[in-house]
Amino acid sequence: MLNAVYSGAEAALAEELRAAHDEGAPVEIVGGGTRRALGQPVQAARALSTSALSGISLYEPGALTLVVGAGTPLADVEAALEAEGQRLPFEPMDHRGLLGSAGEPTIGGVAAINNSGPRRVQAGACRDAMLGVRFVDGRGEVIRNGGRVMKNVTGYDLVKLMAGSWGVLGVLTEIAFKVLPAPEAAATIVIEGLDDAAGVAALSAALGSPWDVNGAAHGAGRTLIRVEGFEKQIAHRAPALVDALKAHGTGEIVTGAASDALWRGVRDVEAFQGREGAVWRLSVKPSDAPPLVASLRAKGDFEAVYDWGGGLVWLFTPEAGDAGAGAIRAETRARGGHATLVRAGASTRAAVDVFEPAPAAIGALEARLRAAFDPKSILNPGRMRG
Amino acid sequence: MEMPEPNPHVMANRDEIIARLETALPDGAVISALEAVRVYECDALSAYRCPPLAVALPGSTEEVAAVLKICHEFGAPVVPRGSGTSLAGGALPTADCVILGVAKMNRVLETDYDNRFIRVETGRTNLSVTGAVEADGFFYAPDPSSQLACAIAGNIAMNSGGAHCLKYGVTTNNLMGVKLVTMAGEVLEIGGPWLDAGGLDLLGVVCGSEGQLGVVTEATLRILAKPEGARPILMGFDESEVAGACVSDIIRAGVLPVAIEFMDRPCIRACEAFAHAGYPDVEALLIVEVEGSEDEIDDQLAKIKEIAARHSPREMRESRSAEESALIWKGRKAAFGAMGQIADYMCLDGTIPVSALPKVLGRIGEMSRSYGLDVANVFHAGDGNMHPLILFDANKPGDLELCEEFGAEVLKLCVEVGGCLTGEHGVGVEKRDLMLHQYDPADLEAQMRVKDAFDPHWLLNPAKVFPIRLTAQRREAA
Ligand SMILES: Cc1cc2nc3c(=O)[nH]c(=O)nc-3n(C[C@H](O)[C@H](O)[C@H](O)COP(=O)(O)OP(=O)(O)OC[C@H]3O[C@@H](n4cnc5c(N)ncnc54)[C@H](O)[C@@H]3O)c2cc1C
Ligand SMILES: Cc1cc2nc3c(=O)[nH]c(=O)nc-3n(C[C@H](O)[C@H](O)[C@H](O)COP(=O)(O)OP(=O)(O)OC[C@H]3O[C@@H](n4cnc5c(N)ncnc54)[C@H](O)[C@@H]3O)c2cc1C
Repeated sequence: MLNAVYSGAEAALAEELRAAHDEGAPVEIVGGGTRRALGQPVQAARALSTSALSGISLYEPGALTLVVGAGTPLADVEAALEAEGQRLPFEPMDHRGLLGSAGEPTIGGVAAINNSGPRRVQAGACRDAMLGVRFVDGRGEVIRNGGRVMKNVTGYDLVKLMAGSWGVLGVLTEIAFKVLPAPEAAATIVIEGLDDAAGVAALSAALGSPWDVNGAAHGAGRTLIRVEGFEKQIAHRAPALVDALKAHGTGEIVTGAASDALWRGVRDVEAFQGREGAVWRLSVKPSDAPPLVASLRAKGDFEAVYDWGGGLVWLFTPEAGDAGAGAIRAETRARGGHATLVRAGASTRAAVDVFEPAPAAIGALEARLRAAFDPKSILNPGRMRG
Repeated sequence: MEMPEPNPHVMANRDEIIARLETALPDGAVISALEAVRVYECDALSAYRCPPLAVALPGSTEEVAAVLKICHEFGAPVVPRGSGTSLAGGALPTADCVILGVAKMNRVLETDYDNRFIRVETGRTNLSVTGAVEADGFFYAPDPSSQLACAIAGNIAMNSGGAHCLKYGVTTNNLMGVKLVTMAGEVLEIGGPWLDAGGLDLLGVVCGSEGQLGVVTEATLRILAKPEGARPILMGFDESEVAGACVSDIIRAGVLPVAIEFMDRPCIRACEAFAHAGYPDVEALLIVEVEGSEDEIDDQLAKIKEIAARHSPREMRESRSAEESALIWKGRKAAFGAMGQIADYMCLDGTIPVSALPKVLGRIGEMSRSYGLDVANVFHAGDGNMHPLILFDANKPGDLELCEEFGAEVLKLCVEVGGCLTGEHGVGVEKRDLMLHQYDPADLEAQMRVKDAFDPHWLLNPAKVFPIRLTAQRREAA
């Protein structure tokens, strides 16, 4: 059971949203506000801060569960976990470098966008670690779903629906997470000099091996494969992987801080930080990624880095024209998957769809769901597709 | 079990509905003779039965859509069915319903090792999904004990899990996409062989929705490479509390076993008498299994032994061979059969935070004494999913009712300590009236609004999941 310790703040928020619903007055939900300026701008007169919903209400390291207020800074959550030798399994990225924004990311913002980093290939996404939520919907009703235990099939799973809903169904007030032990050691196998197709093939081979690979990225001719665990496990697995990947190239083993730095770079897309240009994020079938990028390159100027074994492609392209939107949408539509514009100037964002447009039937269903939770469309209007 | 009155309009049109279904489907795919539909009158919760109006067994998504369109037109309820192994009455028919079974749809449509997924028709059984890829070194992780029989369709609807979900998660964590047919007969593709689907997470809410939002006909499932090996250790303790503390300490130490199973003395004794696995006669027994290469396994088991030693175990037996591993698991796997030899039993399914284990076991013991019914406990300790077995005598008048009362009290206790009413079997009809113990009316209203969005006339799998009086208005309005 989730038990809001900041129930005063939750009640006040519900009151505010009830009033906003009655008046039909839109609100923008702001966590840390680290990304407010980007994406599709919200058309709202008022901003609603989640900062009063802050604090950890329950943490049981022996049960791998943490219950936390949505406005809690991510850094506080990470510090509390670190003190017990644990961590969030999904390795959320820090967007501040890529987006050039300031502020403190909140755990609610992380959940609202289902923010998942490199470990997603093995440990699952943010939504997979979410066990329970409390939220206030667009009528001002406080709703609970899920709980704080790992197995729960009591009724519909609205927890997943809330993850990645960008605040358009309700304002998260409290979230229960499954956490994991932090490993004793990590090692990264680095293979230099592979082209994109060969790199993604090496990643597929690694992910199809029995050694629990939990990071698989490629960019700028460098292929990275990570394993984590106890010292002795890593001493066995890293060389085993190097050996198994011989046909793909010669792997060097990097450990410790150097390995950590490599993955921070992948996670936060350091390759595209501090440079002028648009950034896209594509989710595709891994083996489709290199040919997709190759056909884009035949049409324009695109730089790519691959995470999630090739399944997540970060694209960098000049902001001229539609910032690649037409070509990217055509290529992803031909193969399945989807693309989101993560960084671009205001005029570009106003001119193109930031999110992948949904097929009609899915779009209609999403619209009915949004109307069910937020009948007057007062939550973050304009932010999400539809 | 209280079920809604059959819709007179549907009953009056019975013959026409059947005729229309017969025209839409190939010969033999529609069953309507009373003797023949009786096969479908219940699922594995056989205490409740009701023959359906008809049974349709389509062979393709298009045929599923055709069936749904016809039923939609007549306002006839539809109960989707996989293999009928639900323990919660999830596939229990109503007299006016058409059972839509996907058992004939069991093909593998695509296997892709580079991208690590398999796409199957949902009538395929859980175990045969692994069967299709294991020669190539892969497996499908969710492993309900019913995996030989249960279908992926039912697994998705119930969000099924198994012994190995501490490490690998349950169905929702391994499901990448579905083809879903709505009650109106519209075919939706949700998700696919990529990791993020974009838009609202419809896949997440379809999984675990107990056949009430749409009929799943195809599934894209994540497959994983098999680990190098696996081996268990068996540990006996004089007190349940101590065994529980040992579980927490193992997890805190950073070891993430694939399975941690717990059995109490009545269960140990019954299993031992049945399977002769050589279990010690102790108050609590843990079976902990870890994976990896031989060396890695040795290393992890050494860590586990070191932690357990601090809790003064009565016995620790580390498996040294495949034969020893099989013997350790033999008793546990025989648990339900062994208990069945001793008495009739009711198997509960609730989840608690692991920290509440001592309290819950203590309270169950007290209740057992006050109800005068014995209880054996066996459960997945790593994730707190308990399966207390309440023993009773089905021939003794009043015993079943007493047993049901006891069961409900145990489940309420699970909620009270921060857990939930069902960890893997689902709500179905069995637990729908307990839902208000876990959720407020507003919480249930939010879930019912999701149903409104997918199935506005409330025709799919009626009278399941939600307390029947809460849904009456919606069913009547439709
Ligand atoms: C338009 C846009 C596009 C982005 N694109 C991506 C992307 O493609 N991939 C990616 O991984 N990250 C993306 N980000 C970055 C992401 O916002 C940050 O990683 C993360 O949200 C930081 O947390 P925050 O508290 O600063 O969030 P904020 O920037 O304050 O909020 C992020 C989003 O979550 C909502 N939100 C915040 N708190 C709550 C709450 N308690 N309940 C409900 N909703 C809430 C906000 O309304 C907003 O829509 C994007 C951000 C924006 C605004
Ligand atoms: C001996 C035994 C052991 C068990 N052990 C476990 C266990 O360890 N873990 C566990 O989780 N469960 C367990 N179960 C319960 C059961 O096996 C699972 O719930 C299983 O997922 C049901 O699958 P099924 O195909 O038999 O579904 P059914 O019984 O046919 O249906 C179950 C539910 O799914 C819906 N459904 C069926 N097909 C579709 C479809 N195509 N589209 C939409 N909805 C559909 C039905 O309407 C119903 O609500 C066990 C059952 C038995 C008998």
